[in-house]
Amino acid sequence: MNGWQLVILWSDGLVWLLLAAGLALGGLIARSPPLRVAWQRVGANRIGMASATVLLAFVGIGLLDSLHYRVALDGKPGEPIRYAIEVLSVLDALATPLRTRNEKTYSAPLASRLYAKETLDQPGGGAQRDYPRLKHGGLHLGERENERLADIAFTTFRAVVLAFLGWLAVVAVVASTVNGAGWRKIWRGETAFAWSAVLATLGVLLLVAVPVFSLSGQYHVFGTDKVGQDVLYQILKSVRTALIIGLVTTLVMLPLAVLLGIVAGYFRGWVDDVIQYVYTVLNSIPGVLLIAAAVLMMQVVIDTHPAWFATAAERADLRLLALCFILGITSWTGLCRLLRGETLKLRELEYIQAAQAFGVSSTRIIGRHILPNLMHIVIIALVMDFSGLVLAEAVLSYVGIGVDPTMTSFGTMINNARMELGREPVVWWSLAAAFSAMFILVLAANLFADAIRDAFDPRAA
Amino acid sequence: MLEVHDLRLGFTAGPQTLLAVDGISFAISRGETFALLGESGCGKSATAQGLMRLLPAAGRLVGGSIRLDGEELLALSEAQMRAYRGGRMAMIFQEPATSLNPVLTVGRQIAEVLQQHQALSGPAASARMVDLLRQVGIADPERRLDEYPFQLSGGMKQRVMIAIALAGEPDLLIADEPTTALDVTVQAQILDLLAQLQVDRGMGMLLITHDLGVVARMAQRIGVMYAGELVEVASREDFFAQPRHPYTQALFAALPDVARRGMALATIPGQVPALAAMPAGCRFAERCPQVMAVCRAEAPAWREVTAGHVVRCHWQGAAAMPMQTGDADETESAVKPPYLAVDGLKVHFPIRQGFWQRTVGHVRAVDGVSLRISPGRTLALVGESGCGKTTVGKAVLQLIKPTAGQVRLAGQPLEALQGAALRKARRPLQMIFQDPFASLNPRLRIGEIILEGMRVDARGKGNETAAALTRLLVQVGLPADTVDRYPHEFSGGQRQRIAIARALAVQPALLICDEPTSALDVSVQAQILNLLKQLQADLGVAYLFITHNFAVVDYLAHDIAVMYLGRIVEQGRADEVLSRPAHPYTQALLSAVPAPRLALARQRIRLPGETPSPARPPSGCHFHPRCPQASERCRQDYPSGTARSATHTVNCHFPL
Amino acid sequence: MLAYILRRLFYALPILIGVNLLTFALFFIVNTPDDMARMQLGVKRVTPEAIAHWKAERGYDKPLFINLAASGLSTVTNTIFFDKSARMFVGDFGRAEDGRDIAREIGARMGPSLAIALPTFMLGLFVTVSFALLLAFFRATALDVWGVVLCVAMMSISGLFYIIGGQYLIAKVWKLVPISGFGDGLDAWRFLVLPVFIGVISGIGSSTRWYRTIFLEEVSKDYVRTARAKGLPETLVFFRHILRNAMIPILTGVVVVIPLLFMGSLLTESFFGIPGLGSYTIDAINAQDFAVVRAMVFIGAVLYIIGLILTDISYTLVDPRIRFS
Repeated sequence: MNGWQLVILWSDGLVWLLLAAGLALGGLIARSPPLRVAWQRVGANRIGMASATVLLAFVGIGLLDSLHYRVALDGKPGEPIRYAIEVLSVLDALATPLRTRNEKTYSAPLASRLYAKETLDQPGGGAQRDYPRLKHGGLHLGERENERLADIAFTTFRAVVLAFLGWLAVVAVVASTVNGAGWRKIWRGETAFAWSAVLATLGVLLLVAVPVFSLSGQYHVFGTDKVGQDVLYQILKSVRTALIIGLVTTLVMLPLAVLLGIVAGYFRGWVDDVIQYVYTVLNSIPGVLLIAAAVLMMQVVIDTHPAWFATAAERADLRLLALCFILGITSWTGLCRLLRGETLKLRELEYIQAAQAFGVSSTRIIGRHILPNLMHIVIIALVMDFSGLVLAEAVLSYVGIGVDPTMTSFGTMINNARMELGREPVVWWSLAAAFSAMFILVLAANLFADAIRDAFDPRAA
Repeated sequence: MLEVHDLRLGFTAGPQTLLAVDGISFAISRGETFALLGESGCGKSATAQGLMRLLPAAGRLVGGSIRLDGEELLALSEAQMRAYRGGRMAMIFQEPATSLNPVLTVGRQIAEVLQQHQALSGPAASARMVDLLRQVGIADPERRLDEYPFQLSGGMKQRVMIAIALAGEPDLLIADEPTTALDVTVQAQILDLLAQLQVDRGMGMLLITHDLGVVARMAQRIGVMYAGELVEVASREDFFAQPRHPYTQALFAALPDVARRGMALATIPGQVPALAAMPAGCRFAERCPQVMAVCRAEAPAWREVTAGHVVRCHWQGAAAMPMQTGDADETESAVKPPYLAVDGLKVHFPIRQGFWQRTVGHVRAVDGVSLRISPGRTLALVGESGCGKTTVGKAVLQLIKPTAGQVRLAGQPLEALQGAALRKARRPLQMIFQDPFASLNPRLRIGEIILEGMRVDARGKGNETAAALTRLLVQVGLPADTVDRYPHEFSGGQRQRIAIARALAVQPALLICDEPTSALDVSVQAQILNLLKQLQADLGVAYLFITHNFAVVDYLAHDIAVMYLGRIVEQGRADEVLSRPAHPYTQALLSAVPAPRLALARQRIRLPGETPSPARPPSGCHFHPRCPQASERCRQDYPSGTARSATHTVNCHFPL
Repeated sequence: MLAYILRRLFYALPILIGVNLLTFALFFIVNTPDDMARMQLGVKRVTPEAIAHWKAERGYDKPLFINLAASGLSTVTNTIFFDKSARMFVGDFGRAEDGRDIAREIGARMGPSLAIALPTFMLGLFVTVSFALLLAFFRATALDVWGVVLCVAMMSISGLFYIIGGQYLIAKVWKLVPISGFGDGLDAWRFLVLPVFIGVISGIGSSTRWYRTIFLEEVSKDYVRTARAKGLPETLVFFRHILRNAMIPILTGVVVVIPLLFMGSLLTESFFGIPGLGSYTIDAINAQDFAVVRAMVFIGAVLYIIGLILTDISYTLVDPRIRFS
């Protein structure tokens, strides 16, 4: 193995920063009983916890894909070490077979031959039109190609058994370590934390993921696309893009919305007028158009300054971040208006007036009395926005104003595969895989958001 | 006519059902008014909704029987039940403002009932509706039919609700706290109307209330509810002459009254047990002064004291509760120079209209109020809703900037100060609010809440602060471990104590109390009033006590100022104003308060109409449109103050 | 009332000016016209002459705000800001890259856009409100629970899937209607059915859930209890009392998008080859035709502000509390 150099892309930094912030927030929450009670309600919600498990799986993939490095190139001894142009992530390293074993063009899921006939040179001379064998998919079968189905079935069966055993082990560990659990209570759903839902979801995840993993060693589980890339690998790579769009965008809009919303609602008067004017102006431009205009301008900046970026990955990464910023700046108005309205209501409450009567300063009142009582709205808005942003990325990338075309995302996958349904015979797996993965991610996010809202909304409690 | 037997109602909470009403039985005959009396959370409203089979989604009818003229209502199908609802039995609710559909006209909302139960429509229905509105005392009924609820005043809305209830020609009228949301003068009108209608139509009436005064005014028989059970049923005479259950007796003793000035009010310790944790024996045992061993072991059975007077109690005695009397401290201190002096205070809110949003007028919420409060004394500012009394409180504190006038605290004018100087100057001035649930930040611990005021001073560190905190909590009667808990763990009365402790933390010289007890039950109100009185005796703090409740004024105030439409109409020492009211409005207010005892055929003055809007106050004397003595002069000039004594002034052309 | 509308129109003016300045800043200050020219011409053809020619052809060779070379009024008027931004207030949007007049193009393309967007909007509103009413009527039953599950599932599906899947299944496999295209006159309906249908379906999830929340909020109000206490059957309680009150937030919430219907839908129009404003915008974005994008941003803002004014007016129409005060 050659030496390597750690590369921290901007988005990596933000992702790990977000993770750290999340953990720190968790620590704070554990010390504030009212918030802890709300999170305990989330923890007791089975659907919420099941979807959280799925989300964690996605986040895990995304985090693995956020540790980047560059491999040192073979050079003569004595020369300074040079590193490859290509930036890889830990996920890439783990999925090296998926990444590198490209076919020539389309192949169906689990196939051993290409999807279209080609003219092949017969060993004995002459040519014949047939489906050529794949370079990698099902290669291990050799001449026993007709045993493909049996091989798949056997591999799957072995993996399912393995997954089931692994799952049992996890259940045993949970049942013995978690206080006052015991598998009977978990089975009946009597634990305060919805362990039954978490374990059940984990079981399903394992039963799907382990067979897919073991099959992917020999086959292209979701087929290959037009240029022969493995679709499963693209799906895995898309997860990080979706997560960054969903999370970093809220990170951008949050300070704007919270600060301006509270300031407008608390101080009223001309401050309020100015802030209202700004968000009405931003709001009055239809979102897609504002994003389109901003992205077009960003493209001009990027294209006219190629010297700013060391690698293609860096350029794509900065473009992704710029997209997050643009989405954030165009979408803070909704939350801002909500918080402004809520602050207007809060400031008339008697405990705020009592604080004013004590001579507590305005910043202190905002920090101690207003902000903590708006936190539930902020948290609800955060999780609610996530799924919308993931869906929006697909549409924007499809329209051509989303992420860099070289960056794998659900949107670019769909965009590349858009004409495939028009082919005869139909190539369906690329689209199906992208839509399914996106559906699972967004559904989990939506269900988790519902659980959060039910637990945090004082009206629901 | 109506027979309720062993009715049990519950609310589902997770897997189990909690019984809110546990086996109550009573009967109402035609033309009779039966009052269900109890404090909040005792199950009286659930009973009313259960009778109509209109429980909220989580409610369950667990068992028992409800018979109307022998017909078992619980056995009827939902469709059959609809013929009874609004037909033979009708209901009116507490909040007239929200109980009417805001987007349908008054006429449509009445016509619905006529259509449903009388099969009346078209001109016949219109004629009937006009007739109904006239019966409930609404002037110009033809025009009102086409109006929407928001165009009516609170009292008118409740009249419309009554008209809707009457439209189905009910045999039984269920009135769930029908006047609680209304002002005293309007309450008196509505109670008169209900009594009149009942006599005319011979209806049975189930009156649900927490107010002993309303009971005395309306009921023929009374049932007292406690924690989901009936504990005493008696005729009106027996009930007021000799209440038997310790709970009933405690309720009477807890009422503030002028007769008890200078004495501490009797209080009921503790609070109503939670639905989930009902004691096995008598449910009142934990709070009962007469409690015996048997009370905690078994639930008492009904016992007939005299004919028609039954009580559910092991205790056989009859005497009223021994009164916890306080020391009579009614030594009138010599009048000291005023600590707070308010002169010509005005708070006007502009009304903007038109293209340029020009100011076309002002809501004169406070329009020239002058007050004096001496150290250690209590001034009660009395008035009905919308008269501007709360605005006065906030303007004194400079939470609202006054439009004009002077507020001087110990000689220092406040209204000229800004920012930090203002904050420092008004520290001896603190406020206690009406709603104990909105006045504490739910996200802070009690300790942090109380310390908020202290910290600004940066007074005391570490141990000293902790000691001060404990001392404050003891002072307001809370355990010291309260410090680390959160507001939601406390009941309304306890929260009000916390709010008082917070105000005391800065050692104020004057507390502005804005209706501090009006959201509380009678027994809890007594605790808070006692506490306030005790604090005044111990710390010499003065109060500006803002209220609409004369009973509280009787008990607590040294001086009284009566407000009407942003102005003070009468001001004087408490005994002067209460015993010799000179302004017709003060007189009417005093006579409108229903007394919690058998009425001594006292002459009642009924005011017509309701308080007008402060945006367009009537010309001349603001009170003239409702005044029985109004003359031409009253319509033109606002009366200047007339001194009745050195301390008693009245703004009236014809003081009584 | 008239004064009220006039005042609202008057308030709209500073907002439009704000939008105008914002787009100007975005298009001419973030990047100079030189940058845009370089981008448009491509790396190979960039020469100072080519850039100058490109700028002169489009009128980008003038100063941004103040033309010191000119005299009198034209120091202000003979500038990029006046030509490209201020003129938009009078409906002069300039020319697109292909040399056509943008204003005329927009006028011609509004019709097809509206032909898709209006039926989608009306039908969608009807379907979602009915569905939400059904769920609220059977609240807390299995129907409601599964209905909400269906809604959450439907709103988790990408809009692209509805279009691609619908087109594939209905037009390609079942061959019920043409895959894409647009016709004139009565013949157009064959092309409209599918996009409208797909538009309605893709909106069901989120709208139904929102309306259901509104209905449930009304169900818990006091006046509903009064209506039940009158002995009215549940259907009457729903249709006479609850529906009327719930329609106030629902109607006023959707009125704001009505003017925006003129803009059409980007996705639907590009997939179905409808010659409307949506596909016009997409084509402009792909061709990086800045003039068209700028014009569409401005028109979108104008329509949105008209929507806001209509919302205020609709409040006064449906809510008697505002109508009479």
